[in-house]
Amino acid sequence: MLNSSLLQMGAALRAKTISSAELTQLYIDRIAKLNPALNAYITLNPEISLAQARAADVLLSAGKAQPLTGIPMAQKDIFCARGWRTTCGSKMLENFIAPYDAHVIEQFNKAGAVNLGKTNMDEFAMGSSNETSHFGTVKNPWDTARVPGGSSGGTAAAVAARLCAAATGTDTGGSIRQPAALCGISGLKPTYGVVSRYGMIAFASSLDQAGPMARSAEDLALMMNVMAGFDERDSTSLQRDKEDYARDLNKPLNGLRIGLPKEFFAEGMGSDVSQAIESAIAEYKKLGATLVDISLPNSKLSVPVYYVLAPAEASSNLSRFDGVRYGYRAPEYTDLADMYEKSRAQGFGAEVKRRIMIGTYVLSHGYYDAYYLQAQKIRRLIAQDFTEAYKQCDVIMGPTAPSTAFKFGEKGDDPVQMYLSDIYTIAVNLAGLPGMSIPCGFGATVDGNPGMPVGLQIIGNYFGEARMLNVAHQYQLATDWHSRAPQGLQ
Amino acid sequence: MSLTNADVRKVARLARLAMSEAEIAAASMQLSGIFDLIAEMQAVDTKGIAPMPHAQDLSQRLRDDKVTETDQRELFQSLAPQYRGSPQVEAGLYLVPQVIE
Repeated sequence: MLNSSLLQMGAALRAKTISSAELTQLYIDRIAKLNPALNAYITLNPEISLAQARAADVLLSAGKAQPLTGIPMAQKDIFCARGWRTTCGSKMLENFIAPYDAHVIEQFNKAGAVNLGKTNMDEFAMGSSNETSHFGTVKNPWDTARVPGGSSGGTAAAVAARLCAAATGTDTGGSIRQPAALCGISGLKPTYGVVSRYGMIAFASSLDQAGPMARSAEDLALMMNVMAGFDERDSTSLQRDKEDYARDLNKPLNGLRIGLPKEFFAEGMGSDVSQAIESAIAEYKKLGATLVDISLPNSKLSVPVYYVLAPAEASSNLSRFDGVRYGYRAPEYTDLADMYEKSRAQGFGAEVKRRIMIGTYVLSHGYYDAYYLQAQKIRRLIAQDFTEAYKQCDVIMGPTAPSTAFKFGEKGDDPVQMYLSDIYTIAVNLAGLPGMSIPCGFGATVDGNPGMPVGLQIIGNYFGEARMLNVAHQYQLATDWHSRAPQGLQ
Repeated sequence: MSLTNADVRKVARLARLAMSEAEIAAASMQLSGIFDLIAEMQAVDTKGIAPMPHAQDLSQRLRDDKVTETDQRELFQSLAPQYRGSPQVEAGLYLVPQVIE
């Protein structure tokens, strides 16, 4: 059952082969056994999970089940869930019990899905390795000496280790796609505005977008049907007709035009990653696709632009954490300013403070035009590159990350080395486009250890999610990389 | 670009982050490295390019000016941070150190 697709699980639940309570208990026991070594979850609440499962069983018995009813899933700890501790990976929110549900949580609740727990993440989603979490690092299930990627590293590890059927992530600069690649799973960051950000703790509001992470494109499509949709409580939520993201899964790929940006294949990619990507593209040719050479000349500027815009927005968003109404307050202080300064200094970790300072600096008097405004202008140039490219192709492909999962501590104390992990993913967020990562092979073996997963990035045009899921699903019908599981975790 | 300790001290103050002198020295080194990366932006000619604040170039939707929230004061106040063992609220208000003498 642990290796079943969401469709198969749903069918088994409706056929009463297994009840949701039994399936949920199976996962709870598995989490109790395996999570201590992986640290994929920050908070578990088996009583709530089982109560949700029993409620789902009532719906199932009454014939009122929807596709995800009774299926045990997990939620990134960035989503407020009423009654659940919601930490965002930070000491600042270590004891914060959310008083309301995020839109995404509401949607899964309405669909009758079971929440197994809240998954670990980089603090306030700032990181590419899960090393910034206040609750300890998440271990990559393929090799526990290596990082799972970040910031949705807990979700990626939980899905890969079969500690949930599927789960949610969020992606500001690559936080769904990069951990999906490093843990050998599938993940989709939708077009900006497709999934409501209501109740999702804000990092960089013009870039943040929630999306599904699962074992296959077909599973992602089912989750998108639940997560996507207009919500008036998010002022950037887009008013669009409801769509069925699974509608195109079975279309053949004849005539698909795949754009290959020369900048993504130029340098910086590991040779093992490059090999896996080349093989995936060769497979797509077999499936009927044609290849088009394209150029995204400004994409090399996406990392510097991102490290102005995202910290600027973060410094503003995180100013709400002041130790007054909720969250951490320092135990000792002299006056109000001292209370703010000590509460924030003690409540935030090093990477979060670093980004708040970058943001504060670029927004401060005399620097705004040179940094923030210049970055917003280059953001447009980066987005225009994609618009030009989509005149010649339907989807764009390349690597998700420059290397496979690296070892803990490998990037050292230099934050810039870590920031470059997201070199292929960030431009997509700046343009607001949808992007996904699917497993496409394994990297080089190191010291006799098997190679780590490689992710193929598929970038679509605005609102091209159904097409991208079709492109990913056809590849997954022809290959079996997505169904591989880490040793001992099948 | 290199940030001086004085630059970092000023930014930390603006961001309301208490920092020791040792932390300030370490931060000025790391932030200088990040601003070297950011400096790649400065060579780009952006004359005549409009800034892009939103991914779809949409302006934010406005809602009707009517009350949609319910009163949840008690629930929200129950989340107030503790200080010396008690939540910092009183009579529906949040308690902070005295600001005006």
